[in-house]
Amino acid sequence: MLTLHVLGVDDELGMRHGLERALAAYQADIPDIGDEVNFDISLAETGEQAVEIIKAQAPDILLLDYKLPGINGLEVLDQTAASAEDMLTIMITAYASIETAISATKQGVYDFLPKPFTPADLKHTVRKAATRIILARRARELEQENKRVRFDFIRVLGHELKAPLSSISSYLYLFQDHALGETLKDYDNISERCLTRLEQMRKLIADLLDMTRIESGQKSRSISTVDLCAAVERAVDLIKVEADSRNIQVKTEVPADCSMAGDSTEIDMILNNLVSNAVKYNRPDGQVNISLTRDGTCITLRVADTGIGMTPEEADKLFGEFVRIRNEKTQDILGSGLGLSILKKLSALYNGDISVESKADKGSTFTVRLHDASLATENERDDSRAENR
Amino acid sequence: MSSTEKAKLTVLVVDDDPDFRLQQELTLKAAGYQVVTAANRAQAEAVIAANTPDAMIADLMMEEADDGFILCYMAKKKDPKMPVILATSVAGERGIEFDATTDEEKSWIKADVLLAKPVRAEQVLGELERLFKE
Repeated sequence: MLTLHVLGVDDELGMRHGLERALAAYQADIPDIGDEVNFDISLAETGEQAVEIIKAQAPDILLLDYKLPGINGLEVLDQTAASAEDMLTIMITAYASIETAISATKQGVYDFLPKPFTPADLKHTVRKAATRIILARRARELEQENKRVRFDFIRVLGHELKAPLSSISSYLYLFQDHALGETLKDYDNISERCLTRLEQMRKLIADLLDMTRIESGQKSRSISTVDLCAAVERAVDLIKVEADSRNIQVKTEVPADCSMAGDSTEIDMILNNLVSNAVKYNRPDGQVNISLTRDGTCITLRVADTGIGMTPEEADKLFGEFVRIRNEKTQDILGSGLGLSILKKLSALYNGDISVESKADKGSTFTVRLHDASLATENERDDSRAENR
Repeated sequence: MSSTEKAKLTVLVVDDDPDFRLQQELTLKAAGYQVVTAANRAQAEAVIAANTPDAMIADLMMEEADDGFILCYMAKKKDPKMPVILATSVAGERGIEFDATTDEEKSWIKADVLLAKPVRAEQVLGELERLFKE
């Protein structure tokens, strides 16, 4: 329940009582916003009194009679313009000439309530103003929230980019100071680490660019029939060296002739991300099972590993940006913290979703569900993007 | 200090960053020290409790923002003479400035020296040697 402050300004006693009676007990239900609003009403007899009250504390809504004994309604607005930027004014007037209406609107009057009006008219007009105030507040809150999210993102990104840099400069200091000995061999270990950290940084930048392209919708898509058997094979090939080096078996279960309509770069990205995670977070001698099934238009891709797994709390946080589960088990595994967030955005492009089931120290199963992309859905996506703007 | 003297001394290196641990480990070993590493506060606490280290180099922010401070406090409680170095990138990254030079700072930061990351090998070795002599 939200309370808005209303100031009613009228020189007629009957009018002031009428305003108070109608609004004091009024609860405006605003279903669009899912909120109820009530009104706290104060009254003024003259324009001068109104100016004083507004300057002390501007109301949310001003119900202002045009014709007042001293200064008139427009002069009230003129004198209070600076101190009441967020106030919505409803002008009450019996003689609404075009000229009055124009100059009032120029001064930011939101609405007019012609005399005589019924309590229902009054409530209707006030309710409309209340809706507008609340929507404006929500929009402002949302903008703040967006700014905060953006700021957080940049702050974390800055940290993630700096970490490998300071690591590499520390290693280079060791070279420069000849700290580990006089032969190149003494430095094998650390040149290896420098290259790994650089690789991590390169991956982070690549992921970041991918993500930005997907988010901004600028990534051009070319939809064709993608052979999923071949796509899975490509993903397995790409990870083979790493899997073999830790004796991890990768098994696939893909029906013959399984295909879908999609952008093959995107499908590759989805598969590579999932399969490389399943190897990276696995144990030596572990297993990865990749299975694909098609049920009508829905394609389900499951990638199960026998790796370190996660607790339910960790799994809950997993799909956010820069979320890396940091613990002893993951400290030597490189990741940008963006991979799963990219997967989530990619699966949304196929009207799909991604979920995870996991047990700590047993392994994780990621399930991605996708639908065929078509030119129709591509257009819908453009439409919805336009609406979001 | 001779290398035979150093070989009798064990330095505990605590950092959640595997690269920092490796850098310090290689530097200290090359200088002749024995090295034990810990990746978090819990591991470091166990090492301190077992009386293993003769000196400690710890990162400030690990799982918790004040893990390094707590470890310094524990190390000094175990052995007030143990050389303790706190290494941190907090000043550069967050603009928080502090040092362990004034009496007021020394009253709450239980480290002998604060080093800003990235640290140079000779800085760490120089400080350690100085502290061991004191």
